[in-house]
Amino acid sequence: MHLMYFTEQPMSAYPADEGREFGATALMFSNKHFDPAAGSRLYNEYLEHYRLAENVGFDGIMLNEHHNAPFCMQAKCNVFASILAATTKRVKIVLLGNPLPLADNPVRLAEELAMIDMVSRGRLVSGFVRGGGQEQLATGVNPAFNRERFEEAHDLIVKTWTQPGPFRWEGTHYQHRVVNPWAVPLQKPHPRVWIPGVLSKETIIWAAKKRYPYIALSTAIEATKKIWELYDRVAEETGYAGGPEYRGYLQRCHVAETEEKALANARQFMWMQGEFTGLAHRSGRRPRATSRRRSVPLSSSTRSGDGRTRAARRSRIRSRVR
Amino acid sequence: MTAVSTTSVSWTSETIPIAGVSMQVSRAGAGPPLLVLHHDIGTLDRLPFYDALARRFTVLLPSHPGYDGSQRPDWMRNVRDLAAVYQWLLGELSDSRAAASISVAGLGFGGWIAAEMATLAPRAIRRLVLVGAMGLKPERGEIADQALVSYIDYVRLGFADQRAFDRVFGADPTTAQLEKWDLNREMSFRIAWKPYMYSPTLPHLLGGVAAPALVVWGRDDRIVPLECGERYAKALPRARLEVVEGAGHFVDLEKPDQLAKLISDFASQGGT
Repeated sequence: MHLMYFTEQPMSAYPADEGREFGATALMFSNKHFDPAAGSRLYNEYLEHYRLAENVGFDGIMLNEHHNAPFCMQAKCNVFASILAATTKRVKIVLLGNPLPLADNPVRLAEELAMIDMVSRGRLVSGFVRGGGQEQLATGVNPAFNRERFEEAHDLIVKTWTQPGPFRWEGTHYQHRVVNPWAVPLQKPHPRVWIPGVLSKETIIWAAKKRYPYIALSTAIEATKKIWELYDRVAEETGYAGGPEYRGYLQRCHVAETEEKALANARQFMWMQGEFTGLAHRSGRRPRATSRRRSVPLSSSTRSGDGRTRAARRSRIRSRVR
Repeated sequence: MTAVSTTSVSWTSETIPIAGVSMQVSRAGAGPPLLVLHHDIGTLDRLPFYDALARRFTVLLPSHPGYDGSQRPDWMRNVRDLAAVYQWLLGELSDSRAAASISVAGLGFGGWIAAEMATLAPRAIRRLVLVGAMGLKPERGEIADQALVSYIDYVRLGFADQRAFDRVFGADPTTAQLEKWDLNREMSFRIAWKPYMYSPTLPHLLGGVAAPALVVWGRDDRIVPLECGERYAKALPRARLEVVEGAGHFVDLEKPDQLAKLISDFASQGGT
């Protein structure tokens, strides 16, 4: 088992009362509440945390990215991955990960990742994610083709990493006349790919078919057991044995001088996480620009090809508009 | 074919294969043919507005492919594709095989499709009606972004009077209705995401439209600014603008009789 260190890199220095007043702190919560001086301090603090994590023996450092929300300051995980590639010596640099549907040029992404792999002397684990609806809005990418773009960008990146160029790519969402980047990964055949997620069945099946470890992000225990059952079943059908080697789990830990303080810290964290999803906590006041119903913009429901049941879609729709 | 009778108007529906999908077309009434293109939120099967038109016209009401549960054309990428599909449909229907034999009335998003159709085949359409049509970039305001609000809030935004929304959809719309709005929104994003709900090339092509055009706008349209109506009326060579007081974007749902009369008076006029 490997233990990795992860932080969302929250932007803690924003006025919480403004967030409560607005009713949500994702996507449309104004960035006028962002303080770049605090941001500069925090980015450098997080870098210190990462160096400490390596020094105290963690096996890896996990990075991710989100957009337009104070709960995560990382807008591009490859930036921190690049810094860690040069400033750490031993830890795996685990990206969980680059949101592939946001990439308009997967070949550039393949190049960046290859550079990080070489600078880090082969310590890169390159995870890929589909990303939630708000990430698409924040970056202006059509959410309707999320899964199609995820799968095609993945195929193009792996081909770019593994097949000598030049070659030509004429896909549905990506067309490249000449794919022949000089930067290719140090690790062969290519850096490990891990797939993080919460519950999308299609993604679990896809990862299992590709033999990519699946990292469950703080899912409930029962739901997690079902994920492993499904993964292992698909693995067996695909012709290999699944099991712990293909599993990762994100566990929240709260440490303080006393249990009481740790619990208080945890409660604040859960509140912040609710702010991210926009559902877990309810402010006393209505969001300014909307009706009494929660105004949830793009959600996973607008990703195409989820193939969820109509009943599930219905209950999701119901819960979203209440 | 199945017949559905509501009040005095009898509707039939048929399925026509176009561009790899089965297109559903409802039909009612008698008189000169009128193709009615519905909004991005889809449409209810029956509406007082459609019945009112059917008393003067042979109304042809297709369901846009990919909307309201009709078959989704996975290949479709923009609204001009959809307009080409509708030109194909005109060639299949006996009502519209002769040039300039059919009038087209487009509602909101359907108005954009109608405008694209008219630019693709400038002499195919007898008379053109655009109601609160998307398709042109506003110079001052913006076209409301349905990605940023809930399905219900978006539809409510299109009404000047919320009681009219309650009359049409109920104060608490059914889950089946919400599901339709969800899927219709996804289809709209598939073909109109970027730029959102307009074409930068359409304004340059409107000058070729030969058909007389009536542009209708709700005074309180909060989805597509009235300035777009003014631009349409200016860019189309034979157009005039009518503004309906007390109506929002969904003029057909809020002022059905008034809109039906405007269209009837305009599209019944002889000659071209």
